[in-house]
Amino acid sequence: MSIPANLKYTKSHEWARPEADGTVTVGITHHAQELLGDMVYVENPAVGRQLAVGEECAVVESVKAASDVYAPLAGEVVAVNSAVADSPEQINQDAYAAWMFKIKPTNPADLNGLLDATAYQALVESEAH
Amino acid sequence: MLIFELSRPGRKNPSQAPAPQPEASGIPAHLRRADKPLLPEVSEMDAVRHYTRLSQKNFSIDTHFYPLGSCTMKYNPRGAHQMAMLPQFLARHPLAPETTGQGVLACLYELQEMLKDVTGMAGVSLTPMAGAQGEFAGVAMIRAYHVARGDTARTEMLVPDAAHGTNPASAVMCGYTIKEIPTDHDGNVDLAALRAAVGPQTAGLMLTNPSTLGVFEQNIQEMQKIVHEAGGLLYYDGANLNAILGRVKPGDMGFDVIHVNLHKTFSTPHGGGGPGSGPVGVSERLLPFLPVPIIAHEDGRYRLVTEQGLPQSIGHLSAFMGNTGILLRAYAYARMLGGEGMRRVADFATLNANYLMAELKKAGFDIAFPQRRASHEFIVTLKGLKEQTGINAMDVAKRLLDKGFHAPTTYFPMLVPECLLIEPTETESKQTLDAFVAALKEVLEEAHANPELVKGAPHTMPVRRLDDVKAARELDLVWKAPAA
Repeated sequence: MSIPANLKYTKSHEWARPEADGTVTVGITHHAQELLGDMVYVENPAVGRQLAVGEECAVVESVKAASDVYAPLAGEVVAVNSAVADSPEQINQDAYAAWMFKIKPTNPADLNGLLDATAYQALVESEAH
Repeated sequence: MLIFELSRPGRKNPSQAPAPQPEASGIPAHLRRADKPLLPEVSEMDAVRHYTRLSQKNFSIDTHFYPLGSCTMKYNPRGAHQMAMLPQFLARHPLAPETTGQGVLACLYELQEMLKDVTGMAGVSLTPMAGAQGEFAGVAMIRAYHVARGDTARTEMLVPDAAHGTNPASAVMCGYTIKEIPTDHDGNVDLAALRAAVGPQTAGLMLTNPSTLGVFEQNIQEMQKIVHEAGGLLYYDGANLNAILGRVKPGDMGFDVIHVNLHKTFSTPHGGGGPGSGPVGVSERLLPFLPVPIIAHEDGRYRLVTEQGLPQSIGHLSAFMGNTGILLRAYAYARMLGGEGMRRVADFATLNANYLMAELKKAGFDIAFPQRRASHEFIVTLKGLKEQTGINAMDVAKRLLDKGFHAPTTYFPMLVPECLLIEPTETESKQTLDAFVAALKEVLEEAHANPELVKGAPHTMPVRRLDDVKAARELDLVWKAPAA
């Protein structure tokens, strides 16, 4: 199971990475892409959109299902990865390289409220029963 | 091979008989098209052979056991087809006067009454032309009810995560935001989460019962109380009605609106053989909002009630009276069964599912909710098999085709990993169920002894595994004529 120690996670299987410029990069986890299977479509939020924490803001669609992606933090969308929308299989190839969007968080300290790698690992194991 | 590829310029239907040239002299020249439409030009025999061959490549309920969970693929009785295809029904024009159509209106009225009775609702409209349109109509009525009372603060629809996927989509179509309610460890709606979710913003709750997990909700009365006390209404997704038909009524459980899939529970054709039909039933307080037309029976005459008679109606959902040919099939089916037959549907649908579940458990398969009795369907999880052998649910499904069985539903619901959702329906015999268990048992043995055989399946079909990923990424549905 691939769960990088330097990232933060949500219960809904997004990862979040704080960047040096104060933004936070967001994608979906390796576990999430494994459950969904081959990705066929990615829809990112519009740049400039204000997100509330937990708000549905993007969609990933695989051959099995379409699934919402939730904002891990409140803030403004400052960038989206158009390359991943053009070739959604990048998420299957490397879920942590294939970022989806970047948020400028309203309150950077909110990041501390997310799960760390150990807690996310425990969540994934508990979901497996 | 597409029928377009069989086309040859000038080839026509009537084999050797000289075809009369159609005259278009009555149409002014500037309104006539200059070129022929790009339709396939084939003989009648070409067309018959082409579609017969295609049908022979198909898995269908008429040829194979079809345990596609959530879809209720049961036998479509030929008697119902025959009754619905009486020339008096087929030849009737939808705009013909009611005085000449008392027979068809009487059938539709009686179907309305039978659906009211079996669902326990105060009124029924037959017009929705599919399950999803029935859902849309149901949610639109909930919205109309709140708006009519000036209660515009209700913007949120509650949908359990074990509901059918169309439920949140229908609610969004009606302008609601969705709040998802999680499932507890026994497969029931999490009541604590439901209590925390309701409030003055709650428009209603959409419940699929039995849920997509193949189990009956155990706390419906409590859920009903929580939602109604918060001022919300209760929607019953009746797609799984086969499990409770004639045994228990959603109206008695306190639901305000239900849709019924006639193409599932009432045995009309389904899955490409459609079209569908999704009548809606409502409680007393939603009666003014039913979609029109509905059929009234007064002074011995049947008539259509439209907006004039039901001014608060959410309106028309189709040009005329829904999918009338399908409604007539459902009517014939319901009349053949009667009340006692309907109870037997639910009894044998659930008995067959529970028998199959018990036999598959004996054969070494993991059941997703082994502590629970199955409804009319149940879930096998192949997570353990995948860990041991690398064989996943899709591999097992494909191998079943080689053994002459349509695969169960795979990877739905997403709540259960590597799942097969299996619904035998009441129309299958014990011998068929036993043969299916034997086939799955063989696949399980092959998964351990010869996994490559299973991974490469199907081996006996006209096509091997299709590249569904490429098909989804590069969707291409339009025939393009090759350059001349």
